[in-house]
Amino acid sequence: MKYKTVIGLEVHVQLASKTKIFCGCRTNFGAEANTQICPVCLGLPGSLPVFNRKVLELSLKAAITLNCTIAETMKFDRKNYFYPDLPKAYQISQFDMPLAVKGYLDIELNGGNKRIEITRVHLEEDAGKLIHTQKESLVDFNRCGTPLIEIVSEPDLNNPEEAYSYLKKLKSILNYLEVSDCNMQEGSLRCDANISLMPQGSNKLGTRAEVKNLNSFKAVKDALTYEVTRQQAELEEGRKIFQETRLWDDTAKKTISMRSKEEAHDYRYFPEPDLPKFLIQTSMINDIKKSLPELGHEKKDRFVKDYSLSEYDADILTSSKAMAEYYERCLKILNEPKEVANWLIGPVLSELKNLNEAFDSIKLDPRELIEMIKLIKENKVNVNTAKEEILPEIIENYKKTADVLKEKDILQVSDEAELSAFIKQVISENEKSINDYQQGKKSAIMYLVGQVMRLSKGKANPKKVKEMLEKKLEN
Amino acid sequence: MDVKYVAELAKIKLTPEEAEKLQLQLDNILCFFKDLENLNTENIEPLSHVLDVKNVFREDVPRDSISKQDILNLAPQKDDDFIKVPKVVG
Ligand SMILES: [Zn+2]
Repeated sequence: MKYKTVIGLEVHVQLASKTKIFCGCRTNFGAEANTQICPVCLGLPGSLPVFNRKVLELSLKAAITLNCTIAETMKFDRKNYFYPDLPKAYQISQFDMPLAVKGYLDIELNGGNKRIEITRVHLEEDAGKLIHTQKESLVDFNRCGTPLIEIVSEPDLNNPEEAYSYLKKLKSILNYLEVSDCNMQEGSLRCDANISLMPQGSNKLGTRAEVKNLNSFKAVKDALTYEVTRQQAELEEGRKIFQETRLWDDTAKKTISMRSKEEAHDYRYFPEPDLPKFLIQTSMINDIKKSLPELGHEKKDRFVKDYSLSEYDADILTSSKAMAEYYERCLKILNEPKEVANWLIGPVLSELKNLNEAFDSIKLDPRELIEMIKLIKENKVNVNTAKEEILPEIIENYKKTADVLKEKDILQVSDEAELSAFIKQVISENEKSINDYQQGKKSAIMYLVGQVMRLSKGKANPKKVKEMLEKKLEN
Repeated sequence: MDVKYVAELAKIKLTPEEAEKLQLQLDNILCFFKDLENLNTENIEPLSHVLDVKNVFREDVPRDSISKQDILNLAPQKDDDFIKVPKVVG
């Protein structure tokens, strides 16, 4: 039997406020355990939570951009459950009057665009972190009260690739809005997936499994691909799919049932008596609408149109806001869109990758990069020398291009007299290649050019060398 | 409503005698709510908060947290940095 895959995603996003949602504790990642806590986020008796205005602004930015209907009135509720990462034994969340409902996100697929409906966007506080050792569990409450939005999609995604595209687009939007840093490794973007199969042509949804512990984009794709195969095999064997939570094991590359360890949940939601309701005025929504920045896909389209870049190049350049802005800062100094794009996408990105750094943290001044590109255009250094000798110094060691040039003996040699000495030597030492060349094997010239480059310690102007060699060997 | 279930959710241990006694009390309390259900609530807006307050905000300004030691001192089991609990599954 043929089956149709049905996937819905629940995405938790940490909002980029300085402080927690209901108290003034900081939300810095990686702080010493149990140092960013106070009576409010621990729920000590007598403490009173007060809502962070910045959190409302950030969450509204996201909800508005996701085309949601914003609540006129929203309220918070207590979701009760007992777990060591939750000192209050309840989480402040939103139940029946969330921030926003009924939005959508258009995702780009190979065959065109597809609209994915968004059920709701609600606010909640994060729980603490548990570290499991052999014998016991250790609790770090720092993350308690960190502001989150939960974005719930309709089950409109029909294969793992669509789920991947949805997440990628969502991440790009939140990144450009500066609503979140969306760092999956640090847990600022977390994703749970509901997935079920139904017979092709049927309109009755199958029983779904909820997959958790998806810590990277790749994990989302891999886990969902695994689940499709697993559920299909179960159904074909005539077995039942259980409604259960399954944990993705990224090492074993499979999902594991949590059924035996699961207790029935009874969250007993009720209105949070410590927080009043919130009316969201139209004027506030309009102000935010006016302040929304250009988004990634809009920038991409503009780059293709204004700078005649390929879709591929524009896609990479706009993959992060930091990179797109950096690119345009470079163009303000040197208006060579294709050339600058090539440098950023190629050598600069791979240099950053070697350093294990994201574009957001680049310290290279665009002026130094452009200075280097100009040296190549003016034939003062050759491309390889720039890549190998200059780029690492200006990216890694924050040097100025002019200083690197002064320190290192790397000026390109284009002077014919100087080059002829090298060429003479190479010709005398490579009889075989010269014979090959003269008998029509034209590719042999590149070997000879290489030899000259070696002799000149990489400083020779390769174009010039090739011209001179050709001229010499024709005679 | 089963008082034993409520006790389980609240992590309270009840002896059979206590359970029997409290079940009666709980049933009585729930009976009062049954009375409320007889009231006509048409055209009455649901109330989510007893006070008529709205839009109380704080600004996004960091404030010093309390000391780690003060928090750890409240915990029955701890080490230098963490509160310790019996092992739970991740
Ligand atoms: Zn706090």
